[in-house]
Order: sequence, then structure tokens, then C-alpha cells
Amino acid sequence: MKYADIVHRCFRCGYCKFTSDYTDFNCPAYRKFRFETYAPGGRMWLIRAWLNDEIKTSERFQEIIYSCATCANCVEHCVFTFSEDLVNIFIAAREELVSEGIIPPPVRDFLKNIHVNGNPYKEPANERGKWAEGTSIETYNGQEYLFYVGCVGSYDERAKKIAATVGSLLVKAGVSVGILGEKETCDGNEVKALGEAGLFELLAEQNIESFKKLGIKKIITLDPHGFNAFKNDYPALGGEFEVYHYTQILAQLIRSGKVDLKEYKAKVTYHDPCYLGRHNGEYKAPREILKSIPGLELIEMERNGENAFCCGGGGGNFFTDILGGGEDSPNRIRTMEALDTGAEIIAVACPQCAKMLEDGIKAEELDDKLKVMDIAEIVTQALP
Amino acid sequence: MSDITQSLAEIVGESYVSDQPEEAYFYARDPGLMPTHEPDYVVIPKTVEEIQKVVRLANREKIPIVPMGAGMALTGLVIPLKGGIVVDMKRMTRIIEVNENARLVIVEGGTSQGLLKAHLEKNYPKLRHSIPDSPATATIAANVMIHGQGRLSQQYGFNSDMVAGLEVVLPSGEICKIGSNSISPDWFSKGAPMPDLSGLFLGWFGATGIITKVALKLYPRKKLRDIELFITDREDLMQEMVFELTHTEMVEDINIFTQPLPMIFKDNHHMAIFFTGDTDTELEFKRKMIWDSLDRFIRSKDGGFMGVSPAMKPTLLEMPQRSVSRFADVNKGGGFEYSGPIILVEKYPECAQKIKELAEKYELGYSGMARIIGRGHCMMYGFAFTFNRADPDMMERTRKALHEVSKFALEAGGVFWKATVDEQKMALDKMDPNTLALMGMIKKNIDPNGIMNPGNWEVR
Ligand SMILES: Cc1cc2nc3c(=O)[nH]c(=O)nc-3n(C[C@H](O)[C@H](O)[C@H](O)COP(=O)(O)OP(=O)(O)OC[C@H]3O[C@@H](n4cnc5c(N)ncnc54)[C@H](O)[C@@H]3O)c2cc1C
Ligand code: SF4
Ligand code: SF4
Repeated sequence: MKYADIVHRCFRCGYCKFTSDYTDFNCPAYRKFRFETYAPGGRMWLIRAWLNDEIKTSERFQEIIYSCATCANCVEHCVFTFSEDLVNIFIAAREELVSEGIIPPPVRDFLKNIHVNGNPYKEPANERGKWAEGTSIETYNGQEYLFYVGCVGSYDERAKKIAATVGSLLVKAGVSVGILGEKETCDGNEVKALGEAGLFELLAEQNIESFKKLGIKKIITLDPHGFNAFKNDYPALGGEFEVYHYTQILAQLIRSGKVDLKEYKAKVTYHDPCYLGRHNGEYKAPREILKSIPGLELIEMERNGENAFCCGGGGGNFFTDILGGGEDSPNRIRTMEALDTGAEIIAVACPQCAKMLEDGIKAEELDDKLKVMDIAEIVTQALP
Repeated sequence: MSDITQSLAEIVGESYVSDQPEEAYFYARDPGLMPTHEPDYVVIPKTVEEIQKVVRLANREKIPIVPMGAGMALTGLVIPLKGGIVVDMKRMTRIIEVNENARLVIVEGGTSQGLLKAHLEKNYPKLRHSIPDSPATATIAANVMIHGQGRLSQQYGFNSDMVAGLEVVLPSGEICKIGSNSISPDWFSKGAPMPDLSGLFLGWFGATGIITKVALKLYPRKKLRDIELFITDREDLMQEMVFELTHTEMVEDINIFTQPLPMIFKDNHHMAIFFTGDTDTELEFKRKMIWDSLDRFIRSKDGGFMGVSPAMKPTLLEMPQRSVSRFADVNKGGGFEYSGPIILVEKYPECAQKIKELAEKYELGYSGMARIIGRGHCMMYGFAFTFNRADPDMMERTRKALHEVSKFALEAGGVFWKATVDEQKMALDKMDPNTLALMGMIKKNIDPNGIMNPGNWEVR
């Protein structure tokens, strides 16, 4: 296994479970299951035991390995010098499981669906661009930017609306963007996170080739997950693009006066997506946008920025739902934390977080107190 | 599912009981070097009632039961030596009550040091507790259970001296209140002015009951903190230096460390002297008093203050000091263990010599770490060795070195802190026979079936 020479170095001290100021346990898998085995340190010790044949590839071991939401809280807070490899180590263990063909059924289904259909929803490719119908967003034909939406934004009903809002906003602000529509294929971020390195490379190489053929140099993504893959994983495969998350572009547009904002009175709290925040260090742009809306009051949750608590959807859990169910599921915990701020809106910058937190609100029966809005939806409300 | 697993699931809920190999593997060991032993079950209760039911079940079925905090004692105290049920306390993390003006807090039996620190910092900026340098996950109940020491131990004694009341589930399953709270709604004293029954539990490593609540004394938090580093190569003068420093009554904490790396540190002893103040004037006054107290050693060229670089200061001032944990990975090996006898400060030179001698003999990386307890009344001298978990030979050498430390400590008049089972046996063998008999009587009467953390403090 890759990183096998590191796993013995975990001291199981548990700093990785916390926020930086120790306010709370901040590993979503540990919060849900509460056995040490589901915490980063426990996972490290079990991987080592498994590599040494001291434990078997049981269903529980698979659950432990796949319950990690790849949220990178442990990467942020482990006190040792190997910290930056923690998520990579957990993914490497998944790669081993995938190559042995012993993976939890929902993971298997997810990977199979991507392999067969090019998306996890088993939907036909020609449905992929439907979200853009009725908008003025054009198909890519040499515009400055590709607006890449990803599987969730393309097929999920709620996320499709967010995609349309973001796309329309960009067009309205005069950004030269085009989409791939039915030609778009999965970015592979979750495929990689779930341990199918081969399939990831295939997807990435296909994307890189088609982007290059179309002359694409700059990409704006809807989803922080795709943003992460393009920015951090594609370059090694020859895909050097200028990659932005849409909040970064929107913040620039507002800063340069290209988007005017009127008053929108609301109490809003912002949930940092792990793949925008901890994985890519972008904490400012979304906040800058929200703060520039007159009348909008931004109230931070206790855990925010690099200490944000993951909604539980990362690392493929959005599809596999290993962390779902029960009041200790991360999306419900996060929803309650948002409620504590007194805000009426949870602002998100990721369609997966949007869905996870909306489910959290439903489960907690808070529909009359809280709602989830994407930052672009909030900005649209504030347009003159 | 076995009958016992089923019964435990009915008590704590199916999600919070495991009889699976993964948990058996993990909970069979701690980060230290003691032999492993698998539990049969691991449970993670949420309430005192659940703990009572688990204990009653264990008592009825005569199954061993081992309470566990974060398992950071490193000396194998949470390894279920005879199998049975490990009770992971870390779902019981509530901070139940803070009495700000009386400077008291009541926490649940699994509340971590980190959680209390964060809670006080956010809500009670004038209050603090005596935080140890163990990782922030370490629990308060376990720390007082093993008579830990923290940032305020130089001023107020062992962290267990700061206990202001306990709630304990006895091996029979009954709840027992210890301290003022046994007759009053208020938790402010663990014993005085009545018989102090806390001694029936503190120091017993869970062998007499499970702590479900702890009241802890809190202390003033000053707005400013700073540190001075005094360096000396005269280990023989250490006690005098500590005497002068503690005489000032100006110091928060005194830690003395000696380590071979970096090279400039070798053969020197670094006294980290922490102090606090609400204003610059107060801080500077204390700094002056501290400097003055050691002036004669500077004049005799036996030591001097070392500038603390801006890069180094935050590392030394943070609480807990993460750098102490980092010691485990200096050789990229992820392991360290220390034996930390409690011993008179006058034994400092012997301890400092011994750690160097053992490190050389066994070819190990080391760090000697002393924390002064009380106004120089005694110290914890930590003989810490770092080892590589992937190197069985180095692990064995570390075990041997630590075993030699145990023998040395006892001979030098020290008392084992968080004693391993081997050290417990050594201590019991050397103990005054009447004291030993009393300990045996206590254990037998409180825990007649011997279910609580068996193997620990077993008087034969
Ligand atoms: C890097 C490092 C630095 C350290 N620095 C310090 C320091 O500065 N000061 C210090 O005092 N210690 C220090 N320690 C030692 C130790 O980590 C701490 O004392 C810590 O508080 C132990 O807490 P725990 O929850 O990890 O205990 P555990 O190891 O889980 O338990 C210790 C003992 O208490 C028992 N126990 C646990 N919970 C209960 C309960 N609720 N009721 C009854 N019995 C219970 C267990 O059975 C066991 O016998 C350090 C350790 C490390 C690794
Ligand atoms: S991953 Fe890092 S912080 Fe977490 S237990 Fe291991 S060494 Fe400690
Ligand atoms: S990445 Fe997140 S979920 Fe995974 S182990 Fe680290 S903290 Fe836990």
C-alpha cells in the first residue's frame, strides 16, 4: 500500500479529532460512531494492523475505512509532520480494498454507475445539460471560461437549480462562459476519494483531452469537489488549467463593481465546504461576497474556517451515506450548530453541502426556522 | 450476538457496543509499551444510569470492567488485563455547572481537558484549571484518578488535590457522592471537614469505582502570560535554584527539561519558568523578582537566562504543549513512553544522570522532563524515551530502559506515578505491611468480586 511506511507513526494522541481550540470533536466519522476505531488515529492503527494481517477485511473494517468524509480536519490538526498525508493514507487503504474487490455495496454501486453511465445517478448523458434549459448560458465555443458543473449539479433536482442560478449570474455579470452540456463528464473527485484510482485517471485523462481539444484554458466550477480535482490532481496528469471556484469569480466581480447589490435583509451563517476550505484554503471569497450585501448579517458558527465541521457529504459519503441516519449524523449536528447562531439561512457554496444540510433541517424538523441557500441564490436575491 | 452483547446493547444502544475484532484490536493496547490484552466488549455509555446498569451486569456475571478516558496514561492502565468490558467514557462530556465566583466546576466523567479549557476561555475569561501537557483528549476524571499534575501544580499541588467532590458508581452499581456534595447541594470540598473518602478512589486506577462526575477547583486566569528560560549545567544546584524561585511566590509553573538535541541543548538543564499578570506592571514586577531570585547563580557563573525567540515562545506558552506529543515522532517512529516517578527535588542530579546513562546504554533518544509540584515539595521526573513502532528491537530496548528506571526510582526514594502493573507489584512488595493490609481490606470490601480494572492494585 502507498504510505505503508508512515502508518506506524501515529501516536493516537487524538489532536486530529478536535478543532484547534478544542471546542469540540470535529471528525465527523468519530462524532457519529464514537469508537476510537472511527477516529483518524484509530483508522491509522487499524490500517497498520490490517497490513500486518492482524485483522481481516471485515465489513466493519470496510465501514471504518469508508466512513471517513475526507474532510481534512485531521490533516489540519494532527500535530505530526506526516499530517498532510492523512487523507491520502485513508484513500490509499480504499485503493487496496478496491483492488481486492472488497468494498461496501453502496461504494461498489457508485463506482459501477460512474463506470457504466458516466454519472452516479444512472441517468443518460444527454440529460446532463438539461439544467441549463431556459437560461441564457451557452454551450462552450471558445469563451474565456468553461463553467464546469459536475454530476450533482447536472442531475440532482435541487443542485440543478443552483447550477442554473450560478451560471445565469455569471452571464449576467458579463463573464464569458460556456458549458459542455451533454458532453460534460464526471470530474472524478469522488471516484478518487473512494479509492478507484484507475477509473479516476481514465476520467481525468478523458476530460483533459477534451478540454484541450476545445482550447479550454480557464475553468470555473460550481462544485468545490470538481474544483479540487482540477486544481490539485489534474496537473500531475498533464491537465494544467487556471481553475476557479465560482465564489472566487463572484467576489472579484463584486469587488470591481461589475455586480451591483441592493439591500437584502437576512441573518445568515456560512458553512465552509471542506473541499473549498480546508482542502484549498479558500475561506475569504464566500465571506467577502456575503459581507458585501447591504443588510445581510453574517453570523459565524462556533466552528468555522479551518475548524468548520463537515456536513458529512465528503469523500463520497454524499452518495454512500455511511455517515447518515440518527441524530449524531454530521448533517444534523451541523444543522443544530447553525440554528444556535440565530441565523435563518445557512449559506453554502457547494451543491452537496446544500443537499446534506437540507436533509439535516428536515430530520431536525426545522423547516420553519432555517433554510439553505447557495451563495449565488442569495446574491440573486440582492440584485437590483 | 452473544447474550452479554445483547444485554449491553439494551443498556447503551446497539451502536455503542462492540464485540468486533476491530475494537478488540484497538482497545487491547495503548500508545505505550505494555503487553496487549483484548477486551471482550467495548461500550460507550451516555448516562450515569447506563454506567450503573453496565456495572451491575458485570458484577452479576463477574465480568471485568475497565473504565477508559483517552488512554493516554501510556502505562497500560486501560488495557483490560483480564478481558471483559472496556467502558469508553468519552460520550459523557458535559460541563454541568460553573460557579464563577466560587471558582468551581462540575464535569462529567469523560470530559476532556481540551473541552474544559475551551469552555472556560470562551465563557469565563477570568477562570482556568490546572491543565496537564497530555494531549487535549485526555480526560479530567482520569487525570485526577492517576494524580496528574498540570500548569498550576507548583502553586496548588497535584491536580487531584484540586478535586472538590466526586460522584462515583461503585462496583455494586450504586451511586456514591464523595465530599460536601454528600450532604449539601454544593460541591466545594472532597472531604474536609469530614473524613476524606476521595482516597478510596483517587489513585486506584478505576479499581474501586467509576467516576461519573468531578468537581474541580478553578483558579484566576491572568490576562498575560510569559516565560523565562534559565539554563544551567549545575544539576547539583537545581534544588537551591528551585528553592529560590518558589520562594518568590511569583511563579506559575516550573518545568525543567534536558535533552540531547539540538546540540546546543546537550548537557544543559533548561528551567522553563512561567509567570502571569493582569497588567504589564504586574508581569514585569514578577519578571524582576524571578531574575533577582536567581541572580546569585548568574554572578557565580552557574547559569543564565536565555533569550526565548519569538518562534519558540508560542510553542512553550501553549496549553497543552503540543510539542510534548511531537516528541513521539522525532525519530519518525510515532512512539514514546515515560516513567515519571514522584520524588524529592534533591534527587534531580541522580535522575538527570540516570536518564543520560540509560539513553547511552540502550541507544535511545531521550528527554528528561521535571515538573515541580508544590513549592518545591517534590517533583515528577519524567524519564521519556522515544521509540520507533516499526522497530521491535528499539521497543524492547525502551522497555528495558524503563524497567531500569523503575528500579532506580524506588531505590532513590521515589514513588511511581501512574504505575504500570509491574511497578504496582514492586510498590506493593516494598510497602509497609500495615498499609498494604489496609489497601487489601479496602479493595476487598468495595469490590468483593474483583471486577474493577482487575490486575491493578491487587493485594495478594
Ligand atoms: C504527551 C503526553 C504528555 C503528558 N503530560 C502530562 C502532564 O503534563 N501531566 C499529567 O498529569 N499527565 C500527563 N500525561 C499523562 C496522561 O496522558 C494524563 O495524565 C491524562 O490526564 C490521562 O487521562 P486519560 O483520559 O488519557 O486517562 P486513561 O489512560 O484513559 O486512564 C487512566 C486511568 O484512569 C482510569 N479511568 C479513566 N477514566 C475513569 C473514570 N471515569 N473513572 C474511574 N477511572 C477512570 C483508567 O482505568 C486508568 O486506570 C501525558 C501524556 C502524554 C502522552
Ligand atoms: S493522526 Fe496525528 S493527531 Fe491523530 S492520533 Fe495520529 S498522531 Fe495524533
Ligand atoms: S478526513 Fe475528516 S472524516 Fe476523515 S478521518 Fe480525517 S477528520 Fe475524520
